[in-house]
Amino acid sequence: MSTLDATGETARRPFPGRRARLGDVLLQGVAGLAALGAVVLLGLIAYKVVEGAHLSLSTFGLGFLTHIGWDPVHNEMGAAVFIFGTAVTSLGALLLATPLALGIALFLTELAPRWIRGPVTALVETLAAIPSVVIGLWGILVLGPVLHDHVMPALHSALGFIPLFGEPSSTSTIFTAIVVLTIMILPIVSSISRELFLGVPSELKEGALGLGTTRWEMVRGVVFPYTRGGVAAALILGLGRAVGEAIAVAQVIGGSDNQISWNLFDPGNSLAAKIALTYQSAATKLETSSLFYLALILLVLSLVVNLVAQVIVRRVARRQGLPAR
Amino acid sequence: MSAADLSALQRPNDRLRRRRIVNRTMEVAAWLAGAIGVAILGIVVWSVAKRGASQLNLDLLTKTQVPFAIGNVHQGLANAFVGTLVLVGLATLMALPFGILVATYVNEFAPRLVRNGVGLTLDILNGIPAIVIGIFVFGLIVVAHGQSGYAGAFALAVLMLPLVARSTIEVLALVPGSLREASLGLGVPRWRTTLGIVLPQAIGGILTATVLAVARIAGETAPLLFTSSIVGTQVDFNPSHALQTVPVAIFELSESADPNDHARAWAAALVLLLFILFTSLTARWLATRSRRKLGRAAR
Repeated sequence: MSTLDATGETARRPFPGRRARLGDVLLQGVAGLAALGAVVLLGLIAYKVVEGAHLSLSTFGLGFLTHIGWDPVHNEMGAAVFIFGTAVTSLGALLLATPLALGIALFLTELAPRWIRGPVTALVETLAAIPSVVIGLWGILVLGPVLHDHVMPALHSALGFIPLFGEPSSTSTIFTAIVVLTIMILPIVSSISRELFLGVPSELKEGALGLGTTRWEMVRGVVFPYTRGGVAAALILGLGRAVGEAIAVAQVIGGSDNQISWNLFDPGNSLAAKIALTYQSAATKLETSSLFYLALILLVLSLVVNLVAQVIVRRVARRQGLPAR
Repeated sequence: MSAADLSALQRPNDRLRRRRIVNRTMEVAAWLAGAIGVAILGIVVWSVAKRGASQLNLDLLTKTQVPFAIGNVHQGLANAFVGTLVLVGLATLMALPFGILVATYVNEFAPRLVRNGVGLTLDILNGIPAIVIGIFVFGLIVVAHGQSGYAGAFALAVLMLPLVARSTIEVLALVPGSLREASLGLGVPRWRTTLGIVLPQAIGGILTATVLAVARIAGETAPLLFTSSIVGTQVDFNPSHALQTVPVAIFELSESADPNDHARAWAAALVLLLFILFTSLTARWLATRSRRKLGRAAR
């Protein structure tokens, strides 16, 4: 294009930037719509789940939460067994995973020789990439029998006076689900904790060691207090993952719908697992709607768990001047 | 010297010894934790490899299930592998452009308050259990139109969206501001700067995030149970029908009482696991590469 043409162009178009600005408006508009779409999607999820649960909500009301048993034939259904199962399995998994995950994180930041840190970190994080259905397959066919034949009898004979460790009745039990969930949340908690531990300023750690503390005293006195908030958030995120896990739990927990048993070696069921196990067999409209009700409870639980974790993460990030994750 | 003096001399030593023992115990415990973490992965992968490898043959990939088979019939899960490819491909087509647009808006255009709001929305979306997403898509699409590959792919896309958008936001934030300023300073309009300068710089990171997200959703069962699980046994590429997938097939086979079904479940699990480990490693490799490139650009 020659200069003469260009001058002519400018003369004909009094606003040379108009096309450019149109492009800006277009891109900003489309991208903005997409962002709005994400927010709308979240709202739509909540709306559709509540809508689906409407029939069950109006039939059972809040009594659904405390009713024990699932009898679609007589239209008597309740979530108490599943809420109990979700609480016991996820809290149990958190209890087992916490010391293990913190141990792994400490090992990777304080103890391990430099050359194995990278590989071990990668291996533990790979654990998070294994699909839940594969962990569940392993849980039902390998882990379940091992736990039933060796671990449960040992725990029963040693701690049988506690009602939690009763007579082992099956290979698919609440305890199996706890162990499977522990494996699933372990990499989440340990990798977040590892990053937090790495963020502890070395002046603080060296200061403590210089004062003559042992390494463990330094960890207890400096690393743990410094990362307390973040670790709490990591644990809550792990709890959220355990609460929401459907497939692996459905495979190993035994699917017992009608009784609450404090014996960890009995079959049970959880909110997410119950939904997954009923996927093709919901017989009546009311039962389908009750599955939506279970999903609604799960949705509320996961919202609460995530909001609490986010609030903690943001507060910690602000305090330490780090970008929020 | 009196006994009291002696004990006063001894006490610090005793205490020091106790502190050292506690320290040792804790160190050993941490080493043990590290070993357990690696051992769990080893045991799970080895279990799957050992049981799956003996069942791994071409029939698995080329033949389909024979309903009510008696005895040693050659059967496989070809329909499940095809279904997973179709569904994951469709989900990626839906979630990737959407996610990149969301991230572009958040990073390049949004005011601070909106940015935080969308970020929080993505985090909450990411925290919603997969089974609830399945129920949501069941209520949104399946109740009215029945199960289909599209419904399943949409459910997977909902899971994929926050993963892609979140990581793209992080990558875009790494693109040096000086590049944007240089481009804008040369008179290039904002939209061409974004599409022509900023996004190409981030392409490596976006690719990594996509590969990781694909690895994640390829193994998802829960969103598909209600959306694409009532299926035939023939190989089908058409997503307007419900399509069988590898995770759903493993789930169903693992619930069966027949050892032959378990054998095929192990083989399918091995293929799925190999695919996921391969893609994760590829993503890790891509990540180091793109980080190096961005590092150069920053300098």
